[in-house]
Amino acid sequence: MKPEAVYFFGTCVVDLFFPEAGLAGIELLRREGVRVIFPRGQTCCAQPAFNCGHHAEARAVARVQIALFPRDLPVVVPSGSCAGMMRHHYPELFAGEPDEAAAIAFAGRVVELTQFLVNVLGVRLTDRGGPETVTWHSSCHGLREMGLEAEPKGLLAQLGNVRVAPLTRERECCGFGGTFSVRYPDISSAMVADKVADVVQSGASVVLSADAACLLNIGGALEKTGAAARPMHLAEFLWERTRER
Amino acid sequence: MSAETGSTDFHASSSKALLDPSLRANFRRAMDGLMAKRAAQFPDPVEWDALRTLAASIRARTLAKLPALLEALEARCTANGIRVHWAETVDDANEIVLGILRARGAARLVKGKSMVSEEMHLNDFLEKNGVESLESDLGEYIIQLDGETPSHIIMPAIHKSRQQIARLFGEKIRGAEYTEDVDALTATARRVLRRKFFEAEAGVSGVNIAVAETGTLVLVENEGNGRMSTHVPPVHIALMGIEKVVEKLEDVAPILTVLTRSATGQPVSTYLNLISGPRGPGEKDGPGEVHLVILDNGRSRIFADQEVAATLRCIRCGACMNYCPVYTRVGGHAYEAVYPGPIGSILTPQTEGLAKRHDLPHASSLCHACVEVCPVKIPITQILVTLRKESAHASPEFLVKGAGGGRDRLEDLAWWGWRMAHVSPLLYKAMSLGLRVFGPLLKGGAGPLKAWTQARTMPRRAPRTLHDLASEKGLPDA
Amino acid sequence: MPDARERILGRLRAVKPHAFTPSDFSIVETKTWSPAARLERLRTAMAAVRTEFLDAAAHDWPETVRAFLVAQGARNVAYGPATEAGRLLAAACTRAGAPALVPYDRPIEDLKATLFDDVDAGFTAVRCAIADTGTLVLWPSPEEPRLLSLVPPLHVALLSAATIRDTLLSVLRDEGWAKGLPPNVVLVSGPSKTADIEQTLAYGVHGPKRLVVVLV
Repeated sequence: MKPEAVYFFGTCVVDLFFPEAGLAGIELLRREGVRVIFPRGQTCCAQPAFNCGHHAEARAVARVQIALFPRDLPVVVPSGSCAGMMRHHYPELFAGEPDEAAAIAFAGRVVELTQFLVNVLGVRLTDRGGPETVTWHSSCHGLREMGLEAEPKGLLAQLGNVRVAPLTRERECCGFGGTFSVRYPDISSAMVADKVADVVQSGASVVLSADAACLLNIGGALEKTGAAARPMHLAEFLWERTRER
Repeated sequence: MSAETGSTDFHASSSKALLDPSLRANFRRAMDGLMAKRAAQFPDPVEWDALRTLAASIRARTLAKLPALLEALEARCTANGIRVHWAETVDDANEIVLGILRARGAARLVKGKSMVSEEMHLNDFLEKNGVESLESDLGEYIIQLDGETPSHIIMPAIHKSRQQIARLFGEKIRGAEYTEDVDALTATARRVLRRKFFEAEAGVSGVNIAVAETGTLVLVENEGNGRMSTHVPPVHIALMGIEKVVEKLEDVAPILTVLTRSATGQPVSTYLNLISGPRGPGEKDGPGEVHLVILDNGRSRIFADQEVAATLRCIRCGACMNYCPVYTRVGGHAYEAVYPGPIGSILTPQTEGLAKRHDLPHASSLCHACVEVCPVKIPITQILVTLRKESAHASPEFLVKGAGGGRDRLEDLAWWGWRMAHVSPLLYKAMSLGLRVFGPLLKGGAGPLKAWTQARTMPRRAPRTLHDLASEKGLPDA
Repeated sequence: MPDARERILGRLRAVKPHAFTPSDFSIVETKTWSPAARLERLRTAMAAVRTEFLDAAAHDWPETVRAFLVAQGARNVAYGPATEAGRLLAAACTRAGAPALVPYDRPIEDLKATLFDDVDAGFTAVRCAIADTGTLVLWPSPEEPRLLSLVPPLHVALLSAATIRDTLLSVLRDEGWAKGLPPNVVLVSGPSKTADIEQTLAYGVHGPKRLVVVLV
């Protein structure tokens, strides 16, 4: 059932580095007649600290986010990874805490953006762009924690002028892994180098993902190597190709 | 590897491994092959899910009943004529094996593949005590010839190319000429090892599954060397970790099907060897004595900690390493541990302690590929995070060996700062502005930035944040 | 002082038992095929790993085996002389031009050199087979020792098609294996093989180089 309003949790990476992707996600929702609430002061889902085992710090940050989204409305997140953190790991993070029930209730309201667009809103898209070849990078957490696969691919398939050239190793990690990329820079660099090579061999002009953190990594490496392909968040790509001008 | 008190460094060993192009090519090719073969074995996601749910339930039931099952196994084995020995440490296990060999005057031993024997460093120990201990699994034989350890738990010589093996055989085996033909190399090993099976005075094997109900040791293999090692010599010594038991004989069937399909993409192994006793009355072959050594080596400590105990569900299929993007890049030796890859990254820190191996729980991008393919549903990434937590903090609640051993004050400070910047909207805004103003000045010169920029450009904060854009659009705040 | 056994078990017993849920075997139990489909599945699966098949009639399979061994140039065949199948094979091999018979009728200690160095083929019967995975169930006994199916480079196995069952689970349940097993049972799904060198499949590494199933 379509709710009259939703919360939007933009994520810190989108807020700082890919704000257009966040705005595009908001516009896609608004076009379907949904009122989008963007609580100011939201920061981070707390995944970096959680994954590194600094759970007290993660809880403190998560607690602030939960308080900013009090009403019983869906919390739409344009990131499979951050959505996975909030949906699946908040209950674990708050186990035994006084506010455990609130965390569980919040987690139950978290939805990834493309899943919301497809499964709740049943979005139909009209492609207004020219012919373009893109490739798809499935973020690991989106794919394996949130089961994100059919929805983004289904949305892309609605765009008549877009050809998707698959990566050879679509399901393989790009090497970001949060602090992994700076703790083990050599391994991470080797992984992202392979991903870049895969993007280049696909012949795509754009590499799409539903996770901005992967795009930060892949995009930075594409730029460093001077490759022609650009990184773009799926939401931004969908919005740019379908909005009425 | 450094001494017990020191710490082993995956940073250095992995970085070194990355510089070896032939090693990287060998692993990439092998892992691609293993992944493709496994994937072809599980075409139906519904069947896969039901099978792994079943296999996980069997292994979870084993752990739920572990002490009783071990006692039942001992009782059944003893009734079947198998002599059961218990070892708390690898040193104890080595002494037990040596004692059995000395009692028989056995000085020549052939071995089937056994990861527990790798834990024990049994070959080294026996050689020092005047016993020839020869690996007979082809992969194990190859690496033993070269003085190496396994780089993969199923495919121990996977890091070697056929050219490297051809050179090795040419140098080390009398009468072997240089050939890159795999059939010819295999025939050479057959010729050498046939003689060794013939002459062996004892055989050692691992155990894939031990059945409490019937007192049966289940061995899975393709080559026949396991059967040779357990049927031909007059004494057979089987080595197992305490977790390898299952309750019922029927539990074997589902475990086997997920094991062989996950490990090598085979619907079944060539041989399944069920040993329930020594040579029986009237039998014309088979060992006169069968011994079973049950090793703890830190497992009971893992068992006692509910946060991590699922580690012991492992059936050693190796699928987690085949799918691991980190393992694929650096190979098994970089882990400097008996068990490499994701399962090793959760097991090794628990057995060797976090003080020594706090590097390993972080040797993962937490991509979950291992969790997705684990046939017994071990929550590997969740355990990695638990180990990171217990590594970074000392607390009486933390039960993992060496908890707090990876604590780093500077990192604590960094997380304190991260927390401050993300609990306060004001400080977050200040940080965001700071990135905008000072970000361009950072050329990626030091610390984490330097690491990041070795393969990527510096991320640039957008001119306007999503917060800015949301306000411009007049989006409601609540 | 408690010994290692008591200390290990003591540590395990001190832990509050882990939770578990009962096992649901239905995904394995529901695998079933018609007799014809079982045979087809077994042949396909075993042939895929280079098992050879000899079709024979119930009354003259010994002659089929004899002719096959002769055609392969086998000088001799080891077998269990006290088994029914062994007796029939021996009877067929008494004629001139048949492979010599090597009865495995004494302890290995007295036959080891012959078996390892001078025997070309080993013959055994098959207790039953498993269609699911293409597997033969061998049931070594005093009359049919373990090494017959392992040491000679060619293993000839006599299988009655009527004994082919669905799965390992159905076999071990229907035959009541849980009540107790002989010292050794071996399930064989092809000739010996390895992929330890560059994942390249090579046959005949330590066990038989060829597995020939005589299907009756």
